[in-house]
Amino acid sequence: MAEPMIRIQGLYKIFGVAGEAVLPMVRDGMGKQELLDTHGCVLGLRDINLSVPPRCIQVVMGLSGSGKSTLIRHINRLIAPTAGEVIVDGTDVAGMDGAALRDFRRHRASMVFQRFALMPHRSVRDNVAYGLTVQGLQSAEVEKRASRWIERVGLHDFADRYPGELSGGMQQRVGLGRALATDPDILLMDEAFSALDPLIRYDMQNMLLDLQTELKKTIVFITHDLDEALRIGDNVAILRDGGMVQQGRPQDIVLTPADDYVADFVKDVNRGKLVRVESIMKPGTTCASAPAIPIGTRLERAALALSEAAAKLGKVTDRDGTALGTVSQLDLLDAMVRRRRPSP
Amino acid sequence: MAKNAWWIEFPQMERETLVAIRKALDGAYRDFSRSYGDVIEAVFEPLLYFLVWFEKLLLNAPWWSVLFAVCALAYLASRSWKIVAGAIVAFLFIGFFGMWEDTMSTMSMIAVSTLLAIALGVPVGILMARSDRTQAVVTPLLDVMQTMPAFVYLIPVVMLLGIGKVPGLLAVVIYAIPPVIRLTNLGIRLVDREVLEASDAFGASGWQRLVGVQIPLAFPTIMAGVNQTIMMALAMVVIASMIGVQGLGQPVLRSITNQYFTLGLLNGLAIVALAIIFDRVSQAYGKRLQLQYKQAQHG
Ligand SMILES: Nc1ncnc2c1ncn2[C@@H]1O[C@H](COP(=O)(O)OP(=O)(O)OP(=O)(O)O)[C@@H](O)[C@H]1O
Ligand SMILES: [Mg+2]
Repeated sequence: MAEPMIRIQGLYKIFGVAGEAVLPMVRDGMGKQELLDTHGCVLGLRDINLSVPPRCIQVVMGLSGSGKSTLIRHINRLIAPTAGEVIVDGTDVAGMDGAALRDFRRHRASMVFQRFALMPHRSVRDNVAYGLTVQGLQSAEVEKRASRWIERVGLHDFADRYPGELSGGMQQRVGLGRALATDPDILLMDEAFSALDPLIRYDMQNMLLDLQTELKKTIVFITHDLDEALRIGDNVAILRDGGMVQQGRPQDIVLTPADDYVADFVKDVNRGKLVRVESIMKPGTTCASAPAIPIGTRLERAALALSEAAAKLGKVTDRDGTALGTVSQLDLLDAMVRRRRPSP
Repeated sequence: MAKNAWWIEFPQMERETLVAIRKALDGAYRDFSRSYGDVIEAVFEPLLYFLVWFEKLLLNAPWWSVLFAVCALAYLASRSWKIVAGAIVAFLFIGFFGMWEDTMSTMSMIAVSTLLAIALGVPVGILMARSDRTQAVVTPLLDVMQTMPAFVYLIPVVMLLGIGKVPGLLAVVIYAIPPVIRLTNLGIRLVDREVLEASDAFGASGWQRLVGVQIPLAFPTIMAGVNQTIMMALAMVVIASMIGVQGLGQPVLRSITNQYFTLGLLNGLAIVALAIIFDRVSQAYGKRLQLQYKQAQHG
């Protein structure tokens, strides 16, 4: 596997003046509530380890207060860790001095915010150009690059408007344009679409996925919407009370939730539309007449194929048509509808 | 003399001691002003130069060009023809009743002292906004400055610099500066934290954040402070006429000593007219900015 773009190791964050002092107790397993009661410190993150490969979308999920925003803000050090390392492309962000950190934020990582955080006194054009202005580029160059991104996020008719005159969806396009304009390697999106209506949110997800096929950024995307997580994420990590509960590919999390918390999260997912057939296939071969189901087919389609062929078993084949394993109607049904409980 | 018991009469300090203290302090200050007065005066020389130049400019320019400049400024700031019309009427009234020259003197005094108050007050307000400790030190100072009777400021200034324009200007600035400091501090502290975070996230330096985000977003609030500062400067200009500041305060002062009721009233009205114009123009300007920003605060 390629060297990860972002590697977070043993990350702890404890809010409060006594943060460092109580760290050993937290390492020994003191809980969030106990820490608050006895020392007045808030446990933000506990022993987080996470690797994000380059050009992937890493989704982070969790209930409100589970530490998602805290985690993502460690990547560009808007929040400094109490302990641990945040290594981006080989450099520890926690150890950067002021100038290096500014340079890192200007060129390598930019952020999209839940409530847009646009500058109300700047026009759409100047908002998109903000990062470039901060870099200190010539105004002609700023103008050129900003225009391209305004175009790209579909706002060229609104370039001279002010954020206050735009709808939420359009404001977040400005936010996205502003983040992309500096051409960063890393895009940090903290519940970037959570404040939008479902339809607009869907559009924005599409726009992001479109952009991603072209731009191939490393994206950390926070959400508390499971559908969004599964739709966008190449990998999903789930946080609870500051700790990492589970991480993996979306379908692994759906099929084998690590505990009740995760199981609760994923209970309403339409697994038939998400899970691919190879993840439930059994080794072995069947008769040659069994219907072939190409690898990558979703469970729902596979079930449809079997029922159309009136067959009990199907063979899963790779691209060349070689059989890899079998899958039965019963397996498909079970994987789609049975409520999973984590194995003890 | 028979002394009363301490529980009947307040046990005050010996009169001699008090006199000695006062003498010592006054003497020290006088010595200070004797030895450093010239130096301090030299420091304020450029200010005096500017003040005189500006006053001459207003006085020598033909009346209609001044009127035109005032109207243009009023319109640019407020975008309201009503305010411009009001300004024209007020200035015609002032000119017709022979108060043009005094009004020009007063206006130049107000303009220069307001500029000075902004130049000193905004940086102080910014420093206050940056640290809670500075705020804790400066706030009580401002409280004292705002409650101290205005006349008291005249005493040390006169002792130091004698009477004239510069001491008058100093007294006006000291009296009028608190609101611009307070509201600069407030305005910067009220800037949306999320916008500041965004500016940090894009790698803005402290200076870029200050000039690009904090000051522009605090600007409407700062303008409210400037408005109050102008009003207070106008009030102080009349008082400062006691130490030789030219302008509308002089005839008022003369009217008090000689009981010229009409003269006093007319000049008083001229001051009121100026106050209303300054107030409406600067408020309309602030409101206009606020409106433009407010739409954007909540998406
Ligand atoms: N500056 C701070 N000082 C003290 N506690 C903080 C601070 N910032 C966050 N916390 C606490 O850390 C915990 C995690 O907060 P965080 O904002 O990361 O949660 P979140 O998962 O982003 O929640 P949400 O979905 O509501 O945005 C919360 O208990 C919060 O109260
Ligand atoms: Mg959050």
